[in-house]
This record gives sequence, C-alpha cells and structure tokens, in this order.
Amino acid sequence: MDKIRMKYSKLGRAKYISHLDLVTTLQRALLRAGVKLKYSEGFNPHPYISVALPMSVGAESLCELADVEIHGGFPDNVNDYLPDGLEILGLYKPLRKFNAIKWVNVCCRLFYDDAVSDKTLDILKSQFSADTLVISKKTKRGVSDIDIAEFIKNAKVSLSGNNTVEVSVNISASQPTVSNNDILSIACFNAEIPKPSQLNVKRIEIFDKDMVLFK
Amino acid sequence: MEKLEQILSKVLKPAQYTGGEYNQIIKDKDKVDIRVALCFPDTYEIGMSNLGMRILYGVFNDITDVWCERVFEPWTDMEVLMRENNIPLYGLESFDAIKGFDIIAFSLGYELSYTNVLNMLDMAGIAHRRADRDSDAPLVIAGGSCCYNPEPMADFIDLFVVGEGEEIACELIDIYRANRNKQEFLDKASKLSGVYVPALHSTCSHTVSKRIIKDLNTSYFPANPIIPSMGIVHDRAVLELFRGCVRGCKFCQAGHTGYPVRMRSPEVLLEQGKNAIINSGYDEIALLSLSTSDYKHLDELCVSLLEWCEPKKVNLSLPSLRADSFSVELMERVQKVRKSGLTFAPEAGTQRLRDHINKNITEEELLSACRAAFFGGWNTVKLYFMLGLPSETDEDIIAIADVAHKVLETWKEHTNSIKRGVRITVSTSCFIPKPHTPFQREEQIPIDEYSRRARLLKESIRSKQITYNWHSPEQGFVEAALSRGDRKLGRVIETAWQNGARFDSWSEHFSLEGWLAAFCENSLNPDDYSLRKRPDDEILPWSFVNVREVNHG
Repeated sequence: MDKIRMKYSKLGRAKYISHLDLVTTLQRALLRAGVKLKYSEGFNPHPYISVALPMSVGAESLCELADVEIHGGFPDNVNDYLPDGLEILGLYKPLRKFNAIKWVNVCCRLFYDDAVSDKTLDILKSQFSADTLVISKKTKRGVSDIDIAEFIKNAKVSLSGNNTVEVSVNISASQPTVSNNDILSIACFNAEIPKPSQLNVKRIEIFDKDMVLFK
Repeated sequence: MEKLEQILSKVLKPAQYTGGEYNQIIKDKDKVDIRVALCFPDTYEIGMSNLGMRILYGVFNDITDVWCERVFEPWTDMEVLMRENNIPLYGLESFDAIKGFDIIAFSLGYELSYTNVLNMLDMAGIAHRRADRDSDAPLVIAGGSCCYNPEPMADFIDLFVVGEGEEIACELIDIYRANRNKQEFLDKASKLSGVYVPALHSTCSHTVSKRIIKDLNTSYFPANPIIPSMGIVHDRAVLELFRGCVRGCKFCQAGHTGYPVRMRSPEVLLEQGKNAIINSGYDEIALLSLSTSDYKHLDELCVSLLEWCEPKKVNLSLPSLRADSFSVELMERVQKVRKSGLTFAPEAGTQRLRDHINKNITEEELLSACRAAFFGGWNTVKLYFMLGLPSETDEDIIAIADVAHKVLETWKEHTNSIKRGVRITVSTSCFIPKPHTPFQREEQIPIDEYSRRARLLKESIRSKQITYNWHSPEQGFVEAALSRGDRKLGRVIETAWQNGARFDSWSEHFSLEGWLAAFCENSLNPDDYSLRKRPDDEILPWSFVNVREVNHG
C-alpha cells in the first residue's frame, strides 16, 4: 500500500468543479484508469483521497495537490481518464504533510469596464504593497476587521492589455487564508478608482513558511 | 464566451452550464452535417440522471455526420443573467447557440415540464409556436412518455415520436439528410409509424401506433455515458432489466403503454454492468425496470453481478422491488457493501382497494417483508401510498395508518437493535388519472378534499416513529389537467409561461394561482380537465394514439 501525491492542474471548464465534487471526480477518474484504491473499513467503505487547500469555484490552478492511498501503481495514460481541464502533472511519494503549506503564489487578473488609467494602476500598486491594509474579512466567527498586509507579499502589479491589470502575489494559505474576496477588497479599497467588473485567480505554485517549494 | 464567464461567477452551481465532463462528445463542426440539440426541460441534475437522455445522446452521436449536444433548462438565476446579457441558449459541448442547429429534440417525461419547453425555445431565440416558425427555423421534435397524449403540446412541436425512440431517431436523421426542406421532411417523416405530425395528421381520421424496440439484447446501451463532474440526482450506472410490465396496476401509465414485456438476458446485462462500471468509475449500479421482482433471472443476475462488484466495493441498488420476503432476502444478499433504506409501495390501505386497483399485494406479504427486513438489521422503511384513488373511502385512508402501525409493531417484535430506533416513513401522492390506463376516464378529487384526506391520515398516525409526507395536491391538480388535456390547453400553457410559470415540478416555483389565471384568461375551466369523469361515449383527445398494437417500424 502506498500513499501517492498527485500534482495536477485545474484549468478551463474544470475550474467550475467544486471542492466536494472534485474528490468524487478524481476518485472516478482513477478507478476508470484502473488504479486500485485503498478503501476504509466499515459500513460505508470509501477511498482515501484528500485534496490540499480547497479552492473556490471559478479559480484555476497549475499546482493542485491531492494524496491518494493505492495498491500498485498508476498507468501512464491516466490523464486520458480525466475530464476536460484536469491534468495530472506529476506523481510522487509525499515528503511532508499538507499542514506545512503556508504560501501560494497566485496570478490575479482584474478586468475593468473601461481602459485602466495610470492613476488606477499606481493606486493599485501602492495598495497591494501597503504596510498596513485593514479590510473587513469574513471568517467562521463572522465579519471582522483585520490587517491583511503581512499576509500578502511580493505583489507585482502590471497592465495586461487596455482593460486588464495583472497582479502576481504571494498570499497566505492558512491562518489566515487570503481569499479571492480579500483580493477583491484590496482592489476596491480606494474609492477614487473604478472597481473591477471581474476577478480571475490562478494558483501558480505552493510554498512552505520559508518560501521553499512545497512537495 | 467572455460574457458567459462573467455571469458564471454569479450563479449557483456553474459547473452545470459548462460541459467538459468525461465522455462528452466533441466533433469537428466542419465535418458534421447535422447538428442536434437534445433538450431536457429541467435542470442538469435531473436531466443527466435520465436514462433516455443517455441512450439518445449515444444513438445520435454514433451517426458519423451528426453531432448531438445536451441542453438543459437554466435555473432561474442563470436565466435572468442570460437574458440580461443577451446570451442565447447554447449546447453544452460547443457553446454554440442552438438556434443555428438543425433539430431541437425535447424529452417530455412529465407534464409539469411543459412551460420549460416554451421557455427554452424562447431563450434560444426560436419562436415557441410552430405556426410562427419559418422554414429556416430548426425542426422542433419531442419524444418521451408524455407523447402518449401529444395534444396539449401540439401547438409548439413539429413532430412527436410516440413510443421508444432509439430506432426512430436514426430513421428521422436519414429522412432529414435527404430532405432539408422542412415541409418535405415532415411529409416523409409523417409516414413512419410512431410519428405524429400535428400539422399533417388529423386526430379524427388518423391513428398513430407507438413504436417499440423488439429485442433489448441488441438495442443500444450507453456503455460510455457522460460522467458529470458535479453531483446529480441519480449519480450511478444503470442497467435496464426489461421494458413493459407483467402487472396490471390500473393507475399505472408506464405499465399500460410499455406492452409487451421484453426482457434483457442476464448474460447481456452482466456484460453491460461490467462495462458501465469500468467506463464510469461509479460505485453503484441500479437495476431499473417497472417491477424488478418480476425479472425472471433476477437471482442469477444478482449473484453474478455481486461476485464481480463486491471486491470492487461497487454497490447494487434495487429500486421497485415487490413487498415480499423474497425481496428482502435478495436485498440482504445484495447490500453487503452499503445498506440503503427499503421502500415498498402498497399504494392503498385496505385489501379491498388494493384489489380494486389491481395491486396484487397482501398485508401479510408486506408485514412478512418487513419482518425479514427488521430481522436482517434494517431500520428504515418507506411506504408509498396514493390518496384519491377511485372508490376510496375514509376507511381506506385510516387503514393506511393501521398498516404503518402494524409495521411499527413488527419492528418492535423482530428488531435486534431496539436502541437504534426505527424510521418508518409514509408518503402519499395524489392519484392522477392518466391516458391509456383503465382509470383514464375516472374523476380526480378536488384539492380541498385531498387536503382533508391527508389531514385525516395525519391525525390517524399516532406514533412519533412514523413520519408522514404528502405531495402537493395543487401540483397534482395541474398535472391531471395537462395529462388529459386536448389541443386547447396549448393556449393555457402559453399563457401560464408568459405569466412567469417555470419549473412547475419544483414546489418553490409552482404557482396554482398562475395556472388558474391562465385557464381563466382562455375561458377554460380547469376542473373540466382535471376533476371531471369522462363519460364512456366521450372521444378522448388521445384516442388516436394506439398503445396496444405493436410496431417495429
């Protein structure tokens, strides 16, 4: 019996698969591919699949991780059995537990209805690298104001086409988790600039607390 | 596409609008000749669970020059945003607007989806009345069990398929390939048996005989169904054991229209079951039929399926079992992996009424089934009944409560785990007289009377361990009117839809007031359609449809 870590991408149409449905989708794909899953004992046996860092519906990723316990191995053509947009990029024995994950590098695209002015771009740049950034944040305990600045690092803000701003940034993945909503709050923080009509987020890489690539 | 992406972030369960699932079929637009939109007038979660949809999707796409895509009714949040942003209804595979397709094919499985058909055509930018569609508009066809009385939808549909669709689908495509002109196509297609073209057929002089598949062992089976990437209502592989029914329950339309009984061999089913699991990754196979206990080779099939399924942790599900101890013994053997609840449908509370409706089951059979079930460790039993059956009296209703109490007593005597408790659920639906059944001329009881009977039953149930659920009589009332409707109801359906009716089978969207107003606006009395007993000499709107004569084309 082996625990295997799958690194996979979730792009295009697959970005709408919810976290819960994703587990089932992966399970069925692995079974179709002939992977022998290990099942729990008991009344209602279920396979051991756990997905790191739940992602909100609509976000894309190049660096998703899921652990699965199996007997035997994976076929080479496992990707033929996945739906559009899910692709396994690598399989390896996990070295560390998921709770060592601390940072995620994300690429955010902010879409505006009109052309983005220099002023807007400048304000966004200062916003994403401010020393203090108090936003109201939804948590399980309700809405509270927190300073999110220390959980957002190395933001690079640039124009990408007339109407789109791209923000590459490292965000905290746990305690607290910086959500897509929080990113939107930062972009909308300064009332002098227009609000984006849409935000697309794509995860690029996952790191531990020392910014070492998490594997 | 960009507009679509923007609104997808604002709706519930966007995965239902984006396709891309495993096994969906993508073809090269330039290499296909005929584009088909297979439309299910309800949500993705319902439509994707439908076996007929899985079959027809495969049948159409097996034809090289045909590309068939799926279309479902967008939920109301999505509808508002699609209309606001001028996004027309599209096929899930290509995202192309279906207005440009050749054939729009609807599955009509229940009457309360009729307004959704009009709404889908409208969202597609296609005129909902066939008289308003010009010769360039796509052909709008329909099949499914509602087509045994096609008249209420005859103003909207160019061509109905009466009966089973697998073979006729291919024949229609052949005719279409050779006759692109709509009029010529309809002329030629109307000569096929099992086809009803309202513009050409007169219902007084013409008979339409249903079409059926002769041999289920060689008929199409969806061995590679689409596997949704989100939860759907029946998320499992399905095997169809047989079509038709050996029973003759007088209320049951499926039983009376499905004649004759055609069995699939256990060898074929085993092969299909294995393939279905291997190709899907599902962990459950459901054995479908109108009355699974009547499948001749059930024991043999279950043994061979189990042998294969158990090591793979695949569960067998057997809905529609008869309430007898044989069924429970079978369930005990079958459900080693995961135990689901047991469901029995005695339909009526007294032997007199069960005999009257020809539901051949005795109380002793039911109780002995429950005895075996409780002894075997089950502690959840669901009992289905109908209220409002012809000749029903208060005595019959109180007897339903008695049956439930006896089931509870049986549990107390035979359970081996009294601490875990028991859940007995009694559900009642309202009797709806359906075309082509022996009860097709019967009256339906009014809404108030149904509610009184439901209250009577509720008051008669005196144990907290018995839960009672009942279906909305308001929805039953409208369903009854549409089921036995004539062509005049087309105007009512249209008015109801224009006044906002959608998703009428969903209680949160259903509005009785809206429907009553639609009848009133068209100077029709709904009671005439739903409640009225039809005299023997009245010609019924579906008289021209022949369900007894067998046609294989």
